[in-house]
Amino acid sequence: MTRLLIAALSGGLFGAGLLVSGMTDPAKVRGWLDIFGAWDPTLAFVLGGAVVPMFFAWRLAARRPAALTGAPMPALPPQKLDGRLIAGAALFGLGWGLAGLCPGPAIASLAIGGTPALIFMAAMVAGMALFGLWNNRQPRAALA
Amino acid sequence: MEPDWIRGLIGGLMIGGAAALYLLGNGRIMGASGLLGGLIDGTGRANWAERAVFLTALVLVPALMVAAGLGAASQPVAGTGVLILAGLLVGFGTRLGNGCTSGHGVCGISRLSWRSIAATGVYLATGVLAVIIARMIGWA
Repeated sequence: MTRLLIAALSGGLFGAGLLVSGMTDPAKVRGWLDIFGAWDPTLAFVLGGAVVPMFFAWRLAARRPAALTGAPMPALPPQKLDGRLIAGAALFGLGWGLAGLCPGPAIASLAIGGTPALIFMAAMVAGMALFGLWNNRQPRAALA
Repeated sequence: MEPDWIRGLIGGLMIGGAAALYLLGNGRIMGASGLLGGLIDGTGRANWAERAVFLTALVLVPALMVAAGLGAASQPVAGTGVLILAGLLVGFGTRLGNGCTSGHGVCGISRLSWRSIAATGVYLATGVLAVIIARMIGWA
């Protein structure tokens, strides 16, 4: 139960932060990526602001045997660059620049973005489902 | 109203606070694409309720804030065809690359993960490229 409460608080705070920061406004995100046009530096402050609490949270996490609810701290992936990481990030960036939406703000926009937000969300879910189908056909062990 | 960079900084601290709460409270990394993707492809079946509650709050809180006049509704910058193409790219790409702006950008960079720093550099670069291409072919 505590886990669900923390999930609700965290999800809600994430959504509020995305709205306050302007990240649910695709024009603002496009402006950040438009470095050769009317560049909007806001996203640097958003990312900078978000990294600070997490920097301390990771340091705290490293000194604790488990999370507050008793859950183990997350297993971290090996620090190895591979083709999947690079190709996936490249495809993601293309979509991000085209629509000005990444997954967090896309979900946060579901009820405040009208039909376009629903269309983007449906396509994003379809892309995730396609990945699942494709990944299951790969000979290598699936990476979740 | 405050300048945009102050709102960005405050919102960013809230986003980082949410990620810190999720990590220290539930022992989990707050990545939007991973939280949703695990429900779509079944890899997150073991903790589906926690994911569903997180995502529901992520939708509801901005909706309530906008209804209360605490924020603006989201306006699209692209037409239907571009939204579909972009959504497919974002969905497939974030699952293939194992993270998005929250997972790699916020949670990964803050623990100085080289994978996440590299991923962030790549998606920023292709994001800039996409904006240039979109303008050239008249999608912007």
